[in-house]
Amino acid sequence: MIHLKDINKTYHNGAPLHVLKGIDLDIEEGDFVSIMGSSGSGKSTLLNILGILDTFDSGVYTLNGVSMNNLSENKAAKYRNEKIGFIFQSFNLINFKNAVENVALPLFYQGVGRKKRNQLALAYLEKLGLKDWAHHMPNEMSGGQKQRVAIARALITNPDIILADEPTGALDSQTSKEVMQILKDLHGEGMTIVVVTHETGVATQADKIVHIKDGLIETIEDNTTKKNTPFGMDGYMK
Amino acid sequence: MKFKFDIDSWQEIFMNITRNKSRSLLTAFGVFWGIFMLVALLGGGQGLQGLMKANFGGFATNSGIFWSQSTSIAYKGLPKIRPIYLEMKDVDRLRQIQGIEVASPVVRQQASSTSYETKSYGSVTIQGVEPSYARVEAPSLLYGRYLNDVDQNNYRKSCVIGYDIYKTLFHEGNDPCGHYIQVGGVYYQVIGVLKDKESNMNFGSRTGETIIIPLSVVQQVFNMGKRVHMISILAAKGYKLSDLEQPIKSTLKRAHNVHPDDTQAFNYFNAEAMFSMVDNLFKAIKMLTLLVGLGTLIAGVIGVSNITMVTVKERTTEIGIRRAIGATPGMIMRQIMAESIVLTSIAGMLGITFAVLILQMLEVGVSSSTGVNTPFQVSFWTAIGTVFVLAVLGLVAGLAPAYRAMSIKPIEAISDE
Repeated sequence: MIHLKDINKTYHNGAPLHVLKGIDLDIEEGDFVSIMGSSGSGKSTLLNILGILDTFDSGVYTLNGVSMNNLSENKAAKYRNEKIGFIFQSFNLINFKNAVENVALPLFYQGVGRKKRNQLALAYLEKLGLKDWAHHMPNEMSGGQKQRVAIARALITNPDIILADEPTGALDSQTSKEVMQILKDLHGEGMTIVVVTHETGVATQADKIVHIKDGLIETIEDNTTKKNTPFGMDGYMK
Repeated sequence: MKFKFDIDSWQEIFMNITRNKSRSLLTAFGVFWGIFMLVALLGGGQGLQGLMKANFGGFATNSGIFWSQSTSIAYKGLPKIRPIYLEMKDVDRLRQIQGIEVASPVVRQQASSTSYETKSYGSVTIQGVEPSYARVEAPSLLYGRYLNDVDQNNYRKSCVIGYDIYKTLFHEGNDPCGHYIQVGGVYYQVIGVLKDKESNMNFGSRTGETIIIPLSVVQQVFNMGKRVHMISILAAKGYKLSDLEQPIKSTLKRAHNVHPDDTQAFNYFNAEAMFSMVDNLFKAIKMLTLLVGLGTLIAGVIGVSNITMVTVKERTTEIGIRRAIGATPGMIMRQIMAESIVLTSIAGMLGITFAVLILQMLEVGVSSSTGVNTPFQVSFWTAIGTVFVLAVLGLVAGLAPAYRAMSIKPIEAISDE
């Protein structure tokens, strides 16, 4: 599904900062991968490149057999819309739109009619247990609810892959657990999921843990048995 | 991927405009005021011009009047100061000059009394003209008709009376045509009445207390022979009256044995020169109104551009989110442009409406108080033109902010927490 070969990225804000120094990574369809690393390790940059939000300097990136090298802005927007669902730490909902409108927004950019996309958005909200909150504004919701709205928005275009950047970073442990459970359920339905986190408790929920240090992949750990979970299957370290 | 402009787009535009009401309101006021000034000034200038033009009412713009005075230079053994009298022959002489469309003689007499039945009016001015004079000063009649060739050729004692005379001698609203009035001891049949306040431009008397009588009759009644007092001239198409001054004066000087350098013997009033002066004045006023109006409008539009720019900066995160979930730069640009255009258009339409309203009030007010129909209201096509200018300016105003919004990278916006 995802194939990365020798990805390099340097930031040129003042002194050049070589963030990614040759990343090789393959993610198969139906994988649940977490990317771990300390702050400044380059894990977020990697996720942004995976999500075509950022460009890379050299290397090869193919997503579902399509090359993501040197995309035009319009092509990048199209792929982001159709192939990728994003979940962010700060939710990134549009705060003057209610839940349904937020969830339906990706379909608006696909040119789907208003009635159809609102219907679909409502269905996804229902699936995530937010039916009663469909017409509430983001500022009327709790963090967990907002993140569930964001997940519904990520799912509505039926993407190839879900990219989550610290999805539990702004949530308490109970809601973190709920959100991770949703991601696990989605994985159970066959969705490919990549989570970036620095929380071991979150990372160990995935089947595969990629450790990044100083712009290089240190180890890729198989975690299908969840044996590394510090506090057992349901334990979270916050 | 298509971009539909459905109800959501509109909702979004209005949401963004109304989210910061006071700011939008102030911005909109700039454009509103600009367009209001532009339209109001255009209409006001036009109305003023109309009022001014009404003063010349009916007078052909390319016309003038010649009359004679006394010589100031001795010539061919004739004395230095010698009165000159124009005659019918002079009219025929002038008619030979190329470029003169109409040469029409005018005589003027005073009558000390005018009366009808028991009512009387004081002294009036009698103007003796040929029917062709109507081409120099078009009469506007309240009742009846103007003099014609039959009146002139058959020495018919018919007259067209001024409004003031009519008002005093007859009941307002009654058609006096066919009745006989006595003017200076002679009875004339009324054939027409001039309208009130149609023209403020006249020679020596107020139109309201003038009686127009066939030239032939006046010459006979007042025993004038073939003498005339003035000759009115209408220049032909393609000729300017100022250009005809020289040939006319030299013809008259030759006929009356006047020294060629004598500047006192013949005098004239050039309506064309006056009209062109007024015309130039109004051209200048028009330029000024356009300059001021457009300037105000542009200032308002720059305000819109400025505010939209600030809004775009504030909405960086939102735009980043939109980009992250699949909006292309073009879609973002169109959204910002649409907001700018909608804000400018709404404000502008209100401005036009308000200006049209004010102009209508002015037009009705001025017309009823002066009795002159003045066109303060802007034409439909001026309004359409303004709307077009408005749309273009809205587009231009949105351009810079839209370009800025377009260049927002999703990554910058999202990491900006």
